[in-house]
Amino acid sequence: MIVKEFRQVRRDRRTLAMMIVLPVLLLVVLGYAASFDVKTITVAASGPQAAIVSRQLKAPFDITVTAPGQGRAWAQNQLRDGKVEMAVVTGGSKPEVLIDGSQLFAARAALAALAALAHNGGGLPVTPNVTVLYNPGLTTSDIMIPGLCGVVLVFVGTIITSLGVVRERQSGTLEQLAVMPLRPADVFLGKIVPYFLVATVDLAIVLGVGIAIFGVPFRGSPAVFALGALLFLFVTLGFGVLISSVSQNQGQAIQLAMMTLLPQILLSGLIFPLTSIAAGVRWIAYFLPLTYFNQIARGVMLRAEPIGPLWQSFVFLGLLGVLVVTGATLRFRGYLAPAGREHGGPGGNKAVAHPQGASA
Amino acid sequence: MTGPAQWGASGIFVAYGKTVALADVSLSAPAGQVTAVVGGDGAGKTTLLRCLAGALAPDRGSVRRPPKERAGYLPASSGIYPDLTVTENLDFRATGYGMSRADARERAAAYLDRAGLAAAADRLAGQLSGGMRQKLAVIAAMLHQPELLVLDEPTTGVDPVSRSGLWWLIAHAAAQGCAVVLATTYLDDAERAASVLVLDAGIALASGTGEQIVAAMPGALREETARPADTTRAWRRGGRWRVWDPAGDAASVRPDLQDAVTVAALAAAAGQR
Repeated sequence: MIVKEFRQVRRDRRTLAMMIVLPVLLLVVLGYAASFDVKTITVAASGPQAAIVSRQLKAPFDITVTAPGQGRAWAQNQLRDGKVEMAVVTGGSKPEVLIDGSQLFAARAALAALAALAHNGGGLPVTPNVTVLYNPGLTTSDIMIPGLCGVVLVFVGTIITSLGVVRERQSGTLEQLAVMPLRPADVFLGKIVPYFLVATVDLAIVLGVGIAIFGVPFRGSPAVFALGALLFLFVTLGFGVLISSVSQNQGQAIQLAMMTLLPQILLSGLIFPLTSIAAGVRWIAYFLPLTYFNQIARGVMLRAEPIGPLWQSFVFLGLLGVLVVTGATLRFRGYLAPAGREHGGPGGNKAVAHPQGASA
Repeated sequence: MTGPAQWGASGIFVAYGKTVALADVSLSAPAGQVTAVVGGDGAGKTTLLRCLAGALAPDRGSVRRPPKERAGYLPASSGIYPDLTVTENLDFRATGYGMSRADARERAAAYLDRAGLAAAADRLAGQLSGGMRQKLAVIAAMLHQPELLVLDEPTTGVDPVSRSGLWWLIAHAAAQGCAVVLATTYLDDAERAASVLVLDAGIALASGTGEQIVAAMPGALREETARPADTTRAWRRGGRWRVWDPAGDAASVRPDLQDAVTVAALAAAAGQR
């Protein structure tokens, strides 16, 4: 029995890789990623004493922008648009410190650092008024639920879609579809539209529960949020089809889908702040769609961030979507247009079109 | 004036990596006739049928088949959704082939009734017996009345009663002018066909009507009651043994299609040695 088991494991390269490579990979990635420590807090200073403040504030504060001619509204916009984590507004009887509560760990670190500097010196000469914006209670659920909406979409979009497509392949019905008078695009859309609709309903439920039960605010534009969710869903569904196209069975599809889900949860900024993740690992985050959806969801829901400052997230999400869906469509065509090869058409990968279990 | 449509394949060659699945195989499938492709496991039957159905592109050679709308295919895996009911499976297939709902329902009801599946119309396909599922799969493949119907082992693992029902469906399709090509490992199925192609290891060993294949059998057959000392050219039939003598001319037993196919395989193997 033991020998038989070892033989099977040895021949299942993907499981073998998961058993040996994945733990090492996870340890290395998690070791660098698993950090709630915020070493630097970016700060904007406005008002007539902005330059003085920038000289007085010591580490961990990092003044990234000073605007002596600007006031509180400008400072607040800097926070809303995610450009800085804290702002100091001067010009009043006392300086006012604004902290972005949607950056939970940075906000907590900023409050702790302000208290420490006030106690030890090196801070502002006058004790400032401190206001935490967007998440005044520094509630964990407020920052988690927008990102969790994305995790739900990944679950339905990637895992369930990949299972649905690979089930067709495993049962031999995909071959039946290939010989029916259906265009590959019809089959592709027919497969993903139901999951798209289910994922949309799931998203509405998660949002509703988050707002009704956990009191998470929704301050921004539903249209901007919906656009972000649409693009994100586009990518996750594409990932689902792509995974199914390289999986022989549902077990392999789940393995691969989990391998895309895990890094998204750990490295997208959903749990650990992106700025706390070591640069050697952080670059991975920029290839993960959840990173951008998380930025959009938190920005829109908590800070009422308009679409303008979020353009980079939308563009990267769109590019990822085009890349993934193009790859998925090409792979899918390979299954559904094998005869096209006779005429020099695309796809037609004879080897991959061979159904499982069919004898020649 | 053109005759009835004749679908088929000419000199098709298919290889999976270094394994040759079909080596220059040709097949004619005349309209209104059943053509059987027989052979053992790994003979190339499924590969040939997949090429005919358009599910696989051959490396070389050509396939003559009608447009997808006018071809029907039963893959080896049946192509039926186990988590849809019998009616839902047929509805899906009818919609895919652009049939009107009324036509599809009327034709499906007639086929289901004739195949003894009417009472199972609302059952999930996954809950049907093997024979019932195969009958459903054949009905689904012929529902749109194709010009070419390709059936991969429709009777494998099916009980004799269900086989009879399946053959009614197959004969009905042929009677309506459809060219039916079916793969089978059962030679009694092949005997019902108008013409037979015998495949072995991707090579066409014989083709023609059953009588032609039997008549072309080389050598002679004799029957023995005891196991022969040399069994390289012998096989068991019932309680007796058939022995093939390649050089013999005095047969002690009249060969049938099963004998002729076995001899063709033995002759091919002897040629390779």
